[in-house]
Amino acid sequence: MSKASKSSKEPLIHITKRKTMAWQKAWLIRIASIVAALIVCAIVTTSATGLDPFSVFSKILEGAFGSERKIWILGKETAVLLCISVAMAPAFRMKFWNLGGEGQVLIGAWMTAACMIYLGDKVPTPILILISLIGATAIGAVWAGIPAFFKARWNTNETLFTLMMNYVAIQLVAYYIIIWESPKGSGKVGIINQATNAGWLPSIGSYQYLLNILVVAAVTVLMYIYLQYSKHGYEIAVVGESQSTARYVGIKVDRVIIRTLLLSGGICGLCGFLMVAGTDHTITTTLAGGRGFLGVLVAWLAQFNPLAMVLVSLLLCVLSRGAGEISTAFGLNQSFGDILTGIILFFIIGSEFFINYRINFRGSTKAVKDAKNAGKEGGLH
Amino acid sequence: MAAVSMRNITKIFGTIVANDDVSLDIHKGEILSLLGENGSGKTTLMNMLSGIYFPDAGQIYIDGKPVTIASPREAYEYGIGMIHQHFKLVDVFTAAENIVLGLEEEGRLDLTRAGERIRKICDTYGFDVDPKQKIYNMSVSQKQTVEIVKVLYRGADILILDEPTAVLTPQETEKLFAVLRNMKKDGKTVVIITHKLHEVEEISDRVAVLRKGRYIGEMKTSETNAQEMTNMMVGREVALNIERPDPVDPKPRIIVDNLTVRSSDNVLKLDEVSFTANAGEILGIAGISGCGQKELLEAIAGLQSVENGSIRYVHDNGEEEELLGRDPLQIAGLGVSLSFVPEDRLGMGLVGSMDLTDNMMLRSFRRGKSVFTDRKTPRKLAEKVVDELEVNTPGVSTPVRRLSGGNVQKVLVGREIASSPTVLLSAYAVRGLDINSSYTIYDLLNQQKKNRVAVVYVGEDLDVLLELCDRILVLCGGRVSGIVEGKKADKNKVGMMMTRLGGGDDDE
Repeated sequence: MSKASKSSKEPLIHITKRKTMAWQKAWLIRIASIVAALIVCAIVTTSATGLDPFSVFSKILEGAFGSERKIWILGKETAVLLCISVAMAPAFRMKFWNLGGEGQVLIGAWMTAACMIYLGDKVPTPILILISLIGATAIGAVWAGIPAFFKARWNTNETLFTLMMNYVAIQLVAYYIIIWESPKGSGKVGIINQATNAGWLPSIGSYQYLLNILVVAAVTVLMYIYLQYSKHGYEIAVVGESQSTARYVGIKVDRVIIRTLLLSGGICGLCGFLMVAGTDHTITTTLAGGRGFLGVLVAWLAQFNPLAMVLVSLLLCVLSRGAGEISTAFGLNQSFGDILTGIILFFIIGSEFFINYRINFRGSTKAVKDAKNAGKEGGLH
Repeated sequence: MAAVSMRNITKIFGTIVANDDVSLDIHKGEILSLLGENGSGKTTLMNMLSGIYFPDAGQIYIDGKPVTIASPREAYEYGIGMIHQHFKLVDVFTAAENIVLGLEEEGRLDLTRAGERIRKICDTYGFDVDPKQKIYNMSVSQKQTVEIVKVLYRGADILILDEPTAVLTPQETEKLFAVLRNMKKDGKTVVIITHKLHEVEEISDRVAVLRKGRYIGEMKTSETNAQEMTNMMVGREVALNIERPDPVDPKPRIIVDNLTVRSSDNVLKLDEVSFTANAGEILGIAGISGCGQKELLEAIAGLQSVENGSIRYVHDNGEEEELLGRDPLQIAGLGVSLSFVPEDRLGMGLVGSMDLTDNMMLRSFRRGKSVFTDRKTPRKLAEKVVDELEVNTPGVSTPVRRLSGGNVQKVLVGREIASSPTVLLSAYAVRGLDINSSYTIYDLLNQQKKNRVAVVYVGEDLDVLLELCDRILVLCGGRVSGIVEGKKADKNKVGMMMTRLGGGDDDE
């Protein structure tokens, strides 16, 4: 093809979809995107605040890993986010957009607090823990099960329904906080059973957060196995991909939807239990603190793979802990940390575009040659 | 000089070379057939001419001048218009509204004037379009006409039609061909993409053949024949007749009585349909698309709610079992081995994102008491299907979505016959398949027939139905128009029966 025959109207770039990419190359792109994100963060930091970007970055790491206590807190926070993300996994695999994590966690926490307050002096702690655990899991399951039932029965919109259930849970908790308030007039529940520690989860040795972390780790691995290797997991994948295929092979779609959401909500309820009985020993309406939604993001970034969620939720918690640190260390407000987190997420999500698509520039014949070679090496056609 | 010359055109999707160094001339005032199997790059090549895709390499010349066509709008500027296989019409708009949609004409929108222009175009070429009719009230053939008028209204001199006859009855095809001949008389240039040989012979002046993205050759239609074209298309000698072994001891297997089905929006889809499908024979079902074929098969398979009637399965010992009101699992529980190759392969029969192994276990994953799935047996089955049906795939761990249409179908049919069924329902089993794959599927169906399976074959190509099936049930608007013997059936008669109950009187 001669240069002369090319008209100026040829588009500068055009975008084509890639067929597949070797996983090494995909990871290379992901790592490159993080490097690019850090460079942009550095430029933004210097131009907006005049600070040395490297000292900001090192403060971020210091905020996350700076001391043994900070590492434990990071672990605790990661466990909560991971637990919610893992709870989302089965629902999202089924393409059921459960946005009710916030409410399901909160209602589980509410049940736990209620058990601790009303049964604290009536039953011994091991039994109390068992009752709270079952109660919290069950009510979380119900909270997700209601929208699932309506979805299965009348095909209502699960996104709106689960979202609405959040507000019901928040209002319910707000109401009970006034009833349970201690001391009176404070508007807070305070530490429940501080004197007796009734219903508190035991700490393993002196590590207060370890039990929560271990429980969440176990749930994560079990969820991975459940989704990957069990018959239920297979049914979830089929229903998510095509309900008519599922019906065609005799899978009872309604039943799978409800069953899966009971599981999803149950794990959220468990998360609420772990937070109240394990670490916080109190309840507020902001207990979940938006992590019900952040878990949605984690689940997507990890492409619904529970094991990948470990990495993603860790990254997000490091960034959020670091953001808090730089705001105090440099006198910046918390929003600056959010800006940096936003930039990094933007690049991570953007990298998926480059993994799925190829951008061809005008006059470039490299793509042509590449594809021809690949074709010769034994393509599909 | 050629009206359009495409030179050394290459187009690549991912690692797939859709067009490889293709050079093609289109002469003014001719009807050119672009012939090739599925996936040979016919549509891709024409999409580059109509501005949908942009070539990765190569040059297009119009009337000898090099041009770049970066959008469909630019294609219209050069007088090129394409009628796609899937219509791009707004259902709630009238024909006239759809035709002017997207045109930026001087002054305000004047539908009356547009209507007059549309009538004039229709009169010139012999179309039958009411500009005021809404699209949702139109038949497939009428919608296609609107698409053609739309292109002509924009002043196209070069029309590209992508498999226009795939959705038409023989009579409608005849009408379309008459229109195309009128256009040719008027000096228009027509390119028709097809893989049906008899259409090439009937309509075109010249034929160009593509194979696997490459240009193979061109010739005058009058100087070639079906066998030669097939060989060029496939790349080797292919026998062109379909085998029809005699039915093996035909005995009733499925008895359908007065079956009435309404869709969820209360439209009557099947109206008192009665027939019997015999073991050891292939029962064809003919009809214009949307005449209740889908509902009929899904009702038998336990996937369709039914208003009235009965569907009985006859066991070998003569016992009868009612299938209505039972779901697929319950039907299987009765010991009825019923296989179903649905129309929508990736939407219903298979899961596109799953690999071959996981798709093989769709039917069988429940087996065993373990809560975990067994992937070993389905993996072996997948390997066996790949091996026996010559599925072209990199391996059994490839998502089926990545396979070509023919290979997807082989995977689906392979799985369905692996359970040694007694009834095999198939809907458009060869739709979108190339000649080779189609013949593989016909062979598989015939094998099933020899194994005394009751095969129900819903088809759209009447030639194939007449050659393959022992009996043909013709549906028309959800009612049985008649049942004819495959050996004695006449194509025109069946075509008439598809459009009018009983086939009407005027041709008898």
